[in-house]
Amino acid sequence: MSHLIDRRLNGKNKSAVNRERFLRRFRAQIRQSVARAIKGRSITDISSGEKVSIPVRDVSEPTFHHGSGGTREVVHPGNEEFVTGDRIARPDGGGGAGRGGKASDQGGGEDDFAFELSREEFMNFFFEDLALPNLIKTQLTGNSEWKTVRAGYTSDGTPTNISIVRSLRGAQARRIALGAPSLARLHEAEEELDELLERCDEDDPQVRELRREIHQLREKASNIPFLDPFDLRYNNRARVPKPTSQAVMFCIMDVSGSMDEAKKDIAKRFFILLYLFLQKSYDKIELVFIRHHTSAMEVDEENFFHSRESGGTVVSSALVLMRDIIQQRYPTDEWNIYAAQASDGDNWDSDSANCGQLLDTQLLPLVQYFAYIEITEGEPQNLWYEYLRVQAGHPQFAMQKIRNVADIYPVFRELFKRQPSTGREPA
Amino acid sequence: MATPISTGSEWTFELIETYDRAIHDIAVGEYGLDIYPNQLEIITAEQMMDAYSSVGMPVNYHHWSFGKQFVSTEKSYKRGQMGLAYEIVINSNPCISYLMEENSMTMQALVIAHAAYGHNSFFKGNYLFRTWTDASAIIDYLVFARDYLSQCEERYGFDAVEMLLDSCHALMNYGVDRYKRPAKLSLAQEKLRQREREEHQQLQINDLWRTIPRRQANGEDSEPVRFPAEPQENLLYFIEKSAPLLEPWQREVVRIVRKVAQYFYPQRQTQVMNEGWATFWHYTLLNRLYEKGLCTDGFMVEFLQSHTNVVYQPPVTSRWYSGINPYALGFAMYQDIRRICQAPTAEDREWFPDIAGRPWLPTLDFAMRNFKDESFISQYLSPKLMRDFRLFAVRDDDREDKLYVPAIHDESGYRQVRQTLAEQYNLGSREPNIQVWSVDVRGDRSLTLRHTQHNRRPLEPNSADEVLKHIGRLWGFDVRLESVDDHGQVSKTFECKVDKAHRELLI
Repeated sequence: MSHLIDRRLNGKNKSAVNRERFLRRFRAQIRQSVARAIKGRSITDISSGEKVSIPVRDVSEPTFHHGSGGTREVVHPGNEEFVTGDRIARPDGGGGAGRGGKASDQGGGEDDFAFELSREEFMNFFFEDLALPNLIKTQLTGNSEWKTVRAGYTSDGTPTNISIVRSLRGAQARRIALGAPSLARLHEAEEELDELLERCDEDDPQVRELRREIHQLREKASNIPFLDPFDLRYNNRARVPKPTSQAVMFCIMDVSGSMDEAKKDIAKRFFILLYLFLQKSYDKIELVFIRHHTSAMEVDEENFFHSRESGGTVVSSALVLMRDIIQQRYPTDEWNIYAAQASDGDNWDSDSANCGQLLDTQLLPLVQYFAYIEITEGEPQNLWYEYLRVQAGHPQFAMQKIRNVADIYPVFRELFKRQPSTGREPA
Repeated sequence: MATPISTGSEWTFELIETYDRAIHDIAVGEYGLDIYPNQLEIITAEQMMDAYSSVGMPVNYHHWSFGKQFVSTEKSYKRGQMGLAYEIVINSNPCISYLMEENSMTMQALVIAHAAYGHNSFFKGNYLFRTWTDASAIIDYLVFARDYLSQCEERYGFDAVEMLLDSCHALMNYGVDRYKRPAKLSLAQEKLRQREREEHQQLQINDLWRTIPRRQANGEDSEPVRFPAEPQENLLYFIEKSAPLLEPWQREVVRIVRKVAQYFYPQRQTQVMNEGWATFWHYTLLNRLYEKGLCTDGFMVEFLQSHTNVVYQPPVTSRWYSGINPYALGFAMYQDIRRICQAPTAEDREWFPDIAGRPWLPTLDFAMRNFKDESFISQYLSPKLMRDFRLFAVRDDDREDKLYVPAIHDESGYRQVRQTLAEQYNLGSREPNIQVWSVDVRGDRSLTLRHTQHNRRPLEPNSADEVLKHIGRLWGFDVRLESVDDHGQVSKTFECKVDKAHRELLI
């Protein structure tokens, strides 16, 4: 007789290996798509999947087959009008290739082979460039911290979770509902009996009848169980991810003429990385974009990355603006403040000392972390040296000179080493 | 009247077992179907997608093309463009059928009747499956193949194995013996033989090398030796045995792909027969179940609705037309054979004197066992069916500017329509006929293949070039492909040069 097997609990991701092989083979094309997506996306929108398409001819597996031409004879069903000897105009598509069913399985179509990268896969491709250590990747992608919150009641669970008040309240309601009709009748019967007894004897058949009824009703009432398994209610708890609280992230970028598209792209990845880190630790994150040349301005993300200006550079203007914004909108007892600054290192000479001063005394005491990257091929200039001095006195200040995206990670090394939950809890 | 087995649409394990027993009683007890033992496996939709992408097999070696298949299946399933097939059945002993968790009780019964009794008996009975496949060994063989390939990956790297598989897959359709009977496989034997082969081949370097010293020794100009002595149709076999530069493990991989291709070959030759047979039996079995009062009216309505969808044949004028539906044609043909046996008309007696009025069960059994699509159609397609389907032939000749209708479903056209339709299912003419022609043994060791044109139909040039590159990779020296027209003249030549640097890279 047949053998029936339940395979549903067996692993369902048998194809994971093959899927991974597929991604591996088309790594180059997928990476392009991912890079394009990173450029096009907003920072806050970075961690979702992505649709990727690859030209069909790249993924096709060639086999020998017939091309169009020659003579072929095909049988079709559903003849309506033709008789032997008819000549028919060729339908569109030339050579009748489209009508033969199997005649041409390539169909000459040049559509792309499109599919979805999952969030994890997308993030892996994103991280690949950044040369992140594996531990950090899991910290960023995995949902590691959970807390249990109460979520009402359920009708089954473990005995330790029984909600006594709820269960008894339910039981009482059930007892009242079930007992009410007979109880009402019982009271009536007792009154009737009292009346009867005033008029008649104990042995009167009516009295005996009433007594029997009262007896039965009492019996019935006492048969209603005090607590039924049906009444039991259990506390329900649900697991939800646990973000600590709120944070604000300042993105500061030099937009003077020397910052070209490539540099801005590196800067963007730098901002994204910090954002991802914050997202793991904080419930709510606000972004503030400050761009500057000789003067600083707060802008939206679109303008931040895509507009170009020229002129000199006064870095302190951005720091002053940041300080003002903090004072106006982000009181430090309510917000965790992070800042990421990207620049190509140019600064008006006598301004660098100002910057150091500002950071030292006014900004760094307020922020959790301040990361600075200098995207340049050239020699460090005075701003770099000034910042080096600042770094010595402040562990929450990190800086790095960057030539390509793989250099970004060291800036965050200190930050990632910390447990996400050690971010200061605002009062 | 018995009481129905179930009334709701939910299935349970007990119900499935009860239905299976009832169907078994009818199929084996009443109709005498000969089947492998059944193994029914309940799986989820995700697992069904997994099964899809490894060509339905429960184990298989890993390759990116299966991943590609999975990715596209998953995409269209998630978007709701495509439902998953209700069933996958594996030609193995015991015969494994997958039942999808999402199916209703009716659908599960339908799948059991269709796969576990229909396909199962076809696998066991049809001569092609009996000749080409060994149901008891296939799973073991695939386990062997998967382990062997992952060993190769460890030793020689992912890329080397992947490139080799790519090349072999390109030739998969040319990796079958069409006329020779294959030997049986078993896991233990296979492992032993694989090692022996490896050693033997190392000792006995092939003909290409052996010819050279002998010629010097003789020193006389004899007839140039032809190699291979006769054209070879099994390209993968030829490469496995004769490609000069392949390593023993590479030969083994070629062999694995060839064996898998051989295993699937009968399925490609018996689409109409196999699906038709399974459809005929699910229809017959479930109707019998209903007659016995074992299922409800609701069950039958749901079943018939799904059955009708399966056997729908859109006419050529329909937007949904994409060739002849093998389920529809096969089902109709078996039903028709039964009709000819049970209630023959004068026409039937004239066309099918040997089966008209005979008992239908043995006749159907004979038809299932001894044919493939091509011969089945040319033997059994009746005039009535041609009229019912309103079949007509269309000839498309690129030298003429109009299509021509040589025959339709009428007295003068029956034979030709039937002949044409049968030819349509002939794998030999559906795929280009390409064989190994010769190897320049004494010269540059180049390999020449020949494509013999049929009805002047040319090769599709882009893919031919691509495939040729794959053959070049396997062969290691230049490869030429000559396309020979109806008059025996070479009309077009494809070529793939393999340069020395590449060759060294390959070794």
